[in-house]
Amino acid sequence: MAHSPFSPGVAAGRLDADAYQDNFSDLHPALDPHEALVAADRCYFCHDAPCITACPTDIDIPLFIRQIATGTPDAAAKTILTQNIMGGMCARVCPTETLCEEACVREMAEGKPVLIGQLQRYATDHLQAQDVHPFTRAAATGKTVAVVGAGPAGLSCAHRLAMLGHDVTVYDARSKAGGLNEYGIAAYKAPDGFAQAEVDWLLKIGGISVEYETALGADISLDGLRAQFDAVFLGMGLGGVNALAIDGGDRDGVLDAVDFIADLRQAKDVSALPVGRDVVVIGGGMTAVDAAVQSKLLGALNVTLAYRRGRDRMNASVFEQDLAASKGVRIMTHVAPVALHGNGSVREIEFEYMNDDMSGTGQTVRIAADQVLRAIGQTLEGDVLPALDGGKIAVNATGQTSVDGVWAGGDCAAGGDDLTVTAVAEGRDAAMDIHARLTA
Amino acid sequence: MADLTSTFVGITSPNPFWLASAPPTDKEYNVRRAFEAGWGGVVWKTLGQAGPPVVNVNGPRYGAIYGADRRLLGLNNIELITDRDLYTNLEEIKRVKADYPDRAMIVSIMVPCEEEAWKEILPLVEDTGADGIELNFGCPHGMSERGMGAAVGQVPEYIEMVTRWCKQYYSKPVIVKLTPNITDIRKPAAAAKAGGADAVSLINTINSITSVNLDSMSPEPSIDGQGSHGGYCGPAVKPIAMSMVSEIARDPETSGIAISGIGGITTWRDAAEFMTLGCGNVQVCTAAMTYGFKIVQEMISGLSEWMDEKGHTSIDDFRGAAVPNVTDWQYLNLNYVAKAQINQDLCISCGRCYAACEDTSHQAISMSDDRVFEVIDGECVACNLCVNVCPVEDCITMEAMTPGTIDPRTEKVVEPDYANWTTHPNNPAATTAAE
Repeated sequence: MAHSPFSPGVAAGRLDADAYQDNFSDLHPALDPHEALVAADRCYFCHDAPCITACPTDIDIPLFIRQIATGTPDAAAKTILTQNIMGGMCARVCPTETLCEEACVREMAEGKPVLIGQLQRYATDHLQAQDVHPFTRAAATGKTVAVVGAGPAGLSCAHRLAMLGHDVTVYDARSKAGGLNEYGIAAYKAPDGFAQAEVDWLLKIGGISVEYETALGADISLDGLRAQFDAVFLGMGLGGVNALAIDGGDRDGVLDAVDFIADLRQAKDVSALPVGRDVVVIGGGMTAVDAAVQSKLLGALNVTLAYRRGRDRMNASVFEQDLAASKGVRIMTHVAPVALHGNGSVREIEFEYMNDDMSGTGQTVRIAADQVLRAIGQTLEGDVLPALDGGKIAVNATGQTSVDGVWAGGDCAAGGDDLTVTAVAEGRDAAMDIHARLTA
Repeated sequence: MADLTSTFVGITSPNPFWLASAPPTDKEYNVRRAFEAGWGGVVWKTLGQAGPPVVNVNGPRYGAIYGADRRLLGLNNIELITDRDLYTNLEEIKRVKADYPDRAMIVSIMVPCEEEAWKEILPLVEDTGADGIELNFGCPHGMSERGMGAAVGQVPEYIEMVTRWCKQYYSKPVIVKLTPNITDIRKPAAAAKAGGADAVSLINTINSITSVNLDSMSPEPSIDGQGSHGGYCGPAVKPIAMSMVSEIARDPETSGIAISGIGGITTWRDAAEFMTLGCGNVQVCTAAMTYGFKIVQEMISGLSEWMDEKGHTSIDDFRGAAVPNVTDWQYLNLNYVAKAQINQDLCISCGRCYAACEDTSHQAISMSDDRVFEVIDGECVACNLCVNVCPVEDCITMEAMTPGTIDPRTEKVVEPDYANWTTHPNNPAATTAAE
């Protein structure tokens, strides 16, 4: 290895090959068949189960677990995928500890919920491994729908529409489909090319064409799509990032966490990725944790996740926070960045300690930082859009925007948690509403 | 510490835990290991006539039913009686008994239903110094097709006849092992008693097919694509065995005969339950086959601790203690009124009680929007299903209503006095007119 964790500055190859291999392997290894049976047996098959209510896509969890327990994992997968076509990815990235598993009565009873996420993965992996698509398209309706964004919301919407017999064209600004599944989540959550495999499998429904490197506002326009298609669904996510408006905020060594993660996800060889010796990630959400943990896994000696409020206010779940801590990330709370110091490249970051009410204490602290990753929120890009609400596209319960014939869902739409599973639910529900409109 | 010494039909063993006649007791090697592990006695695997030994199948002999995590709940087998030479077995029995004089050594026998056959083998067994014999009238597979085992056990007259021969040609205790594959277990037990048996042991295994392979369409265990009903045993059969034991213990015609309890005994608690239903000792097989001989240590310590806790100094202190409480349905107290009660502090809101009651019983549990489940006393018949399906122990209990209060379901006062069906006004054959 060319460098070590102690090498100053931003450098690649800090670890040996085995360490990279270990660090970026599956966070939760798949359950083997017996483990799955034992885990499934713990489900009480609750009446009107709280886990279903807690799932943004309303998956019938007790039913699919019973199907696993009785030796029919493919039937279980169909139960899952009927509600959530990206059940495979959601099984990997859902914060289950704050959704289904938090609601599990066994969590209440003994603090150990049924392993719903891992069981969901067991079932969906089992089906997907056979490389068959379990759904077929309804008779063609002759209607066409444009979907902007090939992320979870867009693909969920497209799949449902295609299944219902509509012809769908999906536009994505990037060169690959998958959205944040492909570019935005930590590598160890979906290793081995799972995101692309899931997209390929999903598209097997037929009736969906994907146009890559086609961005709304640059290559296509909302008006143009409206003129060309019977309906439009906007699911392009949040393309912009918030800037770090402080002294020295543009020094070398400062970059956006989303770019850092995207580069990592697209890297053929993670050992070639440069990372600082002393990395500071600013933010408190999932992106911040993903960036911080992966910096550590790339061989950074010290990684600090700096957040302006207390841990209880972080958007990252407790599980994610604990994961970061277990990987050696230091979580620093109640600090807001005030300046980046250095001669050209950043060398130190200066924070002010913050009160709970976000007022400054006047006390500051400096810590070493040769790489600073910004994870302080993303923003919606574009100017010719339907009416906004709090910086995002305003929608009603079924995803209709202020513009007739235009629906929206996922991170670019107002309301809802910015989770993969929420995006899938919004895309699906918008598709059902679009279908109702087109077949009325 | 409680004295676990067991004296069963005059046979003393250091504890009441015997290994049943079965694969674990087929040869000297196993039996010596069993005694070293602490078993109080063994019933040697069934001996047949001299001559060419029986042959077993050369494929799977066992099939199983599993609970969670592959916990073995029920086992079935199609193994026959010992397939080793009679004289080899007899020599081994003699040697082991000589080396373990304090342990009970019983020899299980199955020969054809002919007096000569019994007359021939009994002196040979007598000569081993074993403490008694057990007549295998229960084996339900294979041997029964040849007129032995369960084929004898299903005909009370044969039981009585063979038992009589045994008492005539053998000087020590005779235990008759009963098959459960019969309508009324009291009939063969009475026949054994009439024939002079010192004790009955029950149950032998139950005819069973554990599963069918849905690919090959063969029952399991499968021998080259075919299966035969085997004898079912293990924890799953315990309730059946206990009911049969209790019938013999409480029937005037059979009560008093010594009973050796068999059927799914896996823990000290199972053993204690059989004893409260009248068994002087118990025999174990499947538990040993599942976990090995060591389980007897838990049985000894568990029974001993429980006896100390209850102040029992010997097994006779509690043997049969539950028998007077086993009765016919018609004598159950119809004035006893209970209602389910849900402990909200323990409830985990799974809703299983609600689903069970709402879908399949009496619609006596309500569910609120925030998942609070409550019993509707006006509908609850105290069926106990909610208690049975609740995953939390003691969360739902059946609470007896105080006499004098009004049952909201019937709107009648709960009477303090015992009254059963025999005197109930709805009973056309009531023996006493209702007041």
